Amino acid sequence: MYGKGLRALSICTVAAMALALGLVFFYAPLEAEQGFLQKIFYLHVPLAIVALCGFVIGGLLAIQHLRTRDARWDMRSYVAIHMSLIFAVGTLITGSIWAKGSWGHWWVWNEPTLVSFLIVFLLYATYQPLRFAIEDPERQSRYASVFAVTAGAFVPMNFVAVRLSTAYLHPRVLGGTSNLPGAMALTFLVSLIAMALLYATLCKYELTAKHTRAQVRALRRRLSGETGFASGPRSAAPAASLQPAAGTAAGASARSGL
Amino acid sequence: MRRTVGALLRKELLVELRTLESVPGMSLFAVTTFVVFHFALNRNSVDGDLAAGILWVTLLFAAILGVNRLFVADAEEGGFDAFLLAPVDRSAMFIAKALTLLAYMVVLELVAVPAFALLLLGPSLGGAMPGLALILLLGDVGVAVIGTLVAALAVRTRARDLLGPLLALPLLVPIVIGGARATSPLLALAHPTGPAARWLATLGLYDLVFGLIAFALFDFLLED
Amino acid sequence: MAALVLGELPALPLHEAGKYVAGAYVVLFAIVLIYVAIMAIRLSRIERELGELLALSERSAEAPAGREQGSAQQESAQRESATA
Repeated sequence: MYGKGLRALSICTVAAMALALGLVFFYAPLEAEQGFLQKIFYLHVPLAIVALCGFVIGGLLAIQHLRTRDARWDMRSYVAIHMSLIFAVGTLITGSIWAKGSWGHWWVWNEPTLVSFLIVFLLYATYQPLRFAIEDPERQSRYASVFAVTAGAFVPMNFVAVRLSTAYLHPRVLGGTSNLPGAMALTFLVSLIAMALLYATLCKYELTAKHTRAQVRALRRRLSGETGFASGPRSAAPAASLQPAAGTAAGASARSGL
Repeated sequence: MRRTVGALLRKELLVELRTLESVPGMSLFAVTTFVVFHFALNRNSVDGDLAAGILWVTLLFAAILGVNRLFVADAEEGGFDAFLLAPVDRSAMFIAKALTLLAYMVVLELVAVPAFALLLLGPSLGGAMPGLALILLLGDVGVAVIGTLVAALAVRTRARDLLGPLLALPLLVPIVIGGARATSPLLALAHPTGPAARWLATLGLYDLVFGLIAFALFDFLLED
Repeated sequence: MAALVLGELPALPLHEAGKYVAGAYVVLFAIVLIYVAIMAIRLSRIERELGELLALSERSAEAPAGREQGSAQQESAQRESATA
């Protein structure tokens, strides 16, 4: 049951978001250098952090899938990566808006976070084409998990490499999160928590929807008595099944014994 | 394990020597690319950052050509099935293929670097050679490891020629960063110096981490 | 008072910076709303499918009831072998 707790989670998310917005616009002081423009920081950086953690979590969930061969882990990994990709797009767009406001250019190379994000985004943008290019569902999940683990390990290393390459020559454009004064730090923390809750809510929402669709499909199969494959257009998403251990030897022999 | 790797490696190199399908193409591609760069940049000689960049980008794209062809013969002619039937450790294939790709890269560089020095490079290569050789070796190991993993991922999908490069290029960006940044002081016109230790460390660390990860994950790709 | 403080700031004039900040928040809002729209489409599709399945199950419940008089034993035998 994925939907359990979804209502409570979404209520918490709404409350946290409202609190964060209130703090950003009515409590946090104006920053000396950038003035009002700096308020984007409370949106851009939490988006970035949550997206990156989401990618790494997707890798961890993929490790679980490879260890247990339970297709549900693959579905969770897929949803985590898919949602992080959306948040990464949000990061790039808000970062670009911030760069335009600060420097007058829509893109700057001296900001290592933004550049690393572009690379990570380009990598994860191949996740869905990879899944779509493999027809056999078990092999698709397996290959996707291998990719997710590799990419998840790549994310931190990429950040280190890009940051090293821009460090000494150019000053950071969009200020970092170190040495934030108290009021700003509190606002940032609340914004981060709100964004993380939003991510969790949307992921849970997505998982519930996928699971529901799988249940409807199973019901249809049982009622009309067919044992065929799912109808409808092919999608890159893993076909959520209701049998947990779809790939194990036990599952395979049970199916072949029918 | 070592015997398996040795046997596989010997088979790969023998096949390559007889069919000559990867390395000559990669080398020719690199030399032609240098010519293209001459016209695209409209320069007779390059040095420093620009030289390092051109060298690394060319090597990278030539490597992609090799990566694309790495597992094709196995996929099309049943090499995977034959290997899976043998009672050997499956990771041996990863090591053998990565060493093969490394060998291709070394031969590629034996052709491409002198060609680069001849066609485009301003300052002379003499003093830079030992440092350059080290940087290239570290970079090649990274390319070999990532290239093998990505090749195995992409070979049994539908758009394998497209998916391979798309997967490989972002993963290889840190190697390009480390390699180009390390190489550029060696090729400076005015006062060439050695490579900064920081970049060598980055390359080495990247090679180590992804070598281990790829080695651990390769088994899962071979299963059926 | 606030206008005096804001006037001292060296950064972008407020009305211009406001556009960028607003734009950034609009982006977040748009992402969430687009997602809500996609989920709404999916939900209506599930609702339609469940309606069809309900009709399907009612039809298969009516059919055996209509033929019950004639071949009750045949029906129950068939159903038993199907679920075995």
